[in-house]
Amino acid sequence: MHPAPSVIAFTTLSGFGLGLLFWLGLGLPPVTGWAAFFYYLLGFGLAVGGLAASTFHLGHPERAWRALTQWRSSWLSREGCLAVAGLLLMGLFALGAVFFGAHWQPLGWLGALLCLATVWATAMIYTQLKTVPRWHQPGTPALFLALSLSGGAIFAAPALAPLLLALAGAAQLWVWHAGDRRFAEAGSTMQTATGLGDGGGLRQIASPHTGSNYLLDEMVFVVGRKHARKLRGLAFLGMVALPVLGLTLSHHPVMLALVAALHLAGVGVSRWLFFAQAEHVVGLYYGKR
Amino acid sequence: MTQLPASTDRKMGLVIDLDTCVGCHACVIACKGWNDQGYGAPLSDQDPYGAAPQGTFLNRVHTYEVTPESGGAAQTVHFPKSCLHCDDAPCVTVCPTGASYKRTEDGIVLVNESSCIGCGLCAWACPYGAREMDKAEGVMKKCTLCVDRIYNDNLPEEDREPACVRTCPAGARHFGDLGDPGSAVSQLVAERGGMDLMPELGTKPVNKYLPPRPKDDQINILAPLLEPVAETPQGFLGWLDRALDRLPGGSA
Repeated sequence: MHPAPSVIAFTTLSGFGLGLLFWLGLGLPPVTGWAAFFYYLLGFGLAVGGLAASTFHLGHPERAWRALTQWRSSWLSREGCLAVAGLLLMGLFALGAVFFGAHWQPLGWLGALLCLATVWATAMIYTQLKTVPRWHQPGTPALFLALSLSGGAIFAAPALAPLLLALAGAAQLWVWHAGDRRFAEAGSTMQTATGLGDGGGLRQIASPHTGSNYLLDEMVFVVGRKHARKLRGLAFLGMVALPVLGLTLSHHPVMLALVAALHLAGVGVSRWLFFAQAEHVVGLYYGKR
Repeated sequence: MTQLPASTDRKMGLVIDLDTCVGCHACVIACKGWNDQGYGAPLSDQDPYGAAPQGTFLNRVHTYEVTPESGGAAQTVHFPKSCLHCDDAPCVTVCPTGASYKRTEDGIVLVNESSCIGCGLCAWACPYGAREMDKAEGVMKKCTLCVDRIYNDNLPEEDREPACVRTCPAGARHFGDLGDPGSAVSQLVAERGGMDLMPELGTKPVNKYLPPRPKDDQINILAPLLEPVAETPQGFLGWLDRALDRLPGGSA
């Protein structure tokens, strides 16, 4: 799949921001006044900035409001509804913390739940697709949730963060391990795609088009796969290993910022691989993966 | 509404005969031609006369070579591919705006282009590559089964079928109600063992493909009789052969 920068930025930044808002909604840390203002500014900035980035890849961003209408069937629509509801409730909760020095707790709990549900819905957009076997596995939502919780915890609960980062790391290893086998397990082949042949030879000898097309550009992205192993190493180092090391050394705000930056860079690389390594079954018609 | 109808009154669709298709791509051109002038945004091209031309098409023809496991002669199969108007269409349910829908009356899967935000998720959900984003218009395009032809009273009756079917010079494309077991297309499917593409994905396609008939093992029983009768030329050719042999320069 084509790794669109807007989608990578969106899932990475909003995942982190929503994770931070989740912890703040639970009252972790129990900040009020100016301190609360900066915490919420960061949380909302990343979450809303990510959501805004996600509209950049739309053909008609001005119609994006329509995406809130089909929550009964569409995970993308559910994501939008949950995000709006979660951000509104957390906005009210933040109002209390910043201006009134109060934690209107039931509101925070509900907002936290909705923020987490938004991340889950984001993951389900990918997980639901049978056409991309690598994504169609329970590890996908587990990884998205673990990364969001651990990312947010870097600022909100630095003492808890190393444990959560380790869990996210485990989820990542599981997703890579299982994902590498998913396409073969799913069982789609050029033979099932075309219904041709009896298991002997089957190959495409002429493409429908001489140039590229939308399908190949969007769904048969093969550039950079050869570096996948190295990139996995870098991603793991950035999003789990170095942040854990940093957090065991110090919880100084500068260290937290450094750890968060490393973590986000690592998640960005992992998310790039999430797309670049994902193989869509439509490639089978072209004899490509 | 992007929830799928529990059932549709009819299941209009195509039956494509892989045995008969000659791979002329006339259906591709007829489709592009018709869909440039009526329903929805025209199918655009990018850099059509340049180095890397691209464009939106609703129907594309792949060509495969099939070799039997037993060894025998390989077959060339031309394989037209367009929207299969699936009963359980994953492209419809993923749509966040309600732009994608499946019609209750005839099962045709359509896109309401004025509601489409161009997110591309439906194209990701389709296993068949049946949907293409139009790069000029920023909306998703797909086969409409020529919904603006098949019910069009302004057209002569013989033209009230999809442009691809109307144009096919080989008669490899058939259009009809696959929900009616008595229809000509349903009987063709039953007779020829019509198949689904990627049935393992559970999309329940309405369009069916008729498999190519196996080739005869003995391609021609007269082949032995076609062997050259005389290896040594006689008469005038024989004289010419001997005369040329006598010229210096040796033989090739």
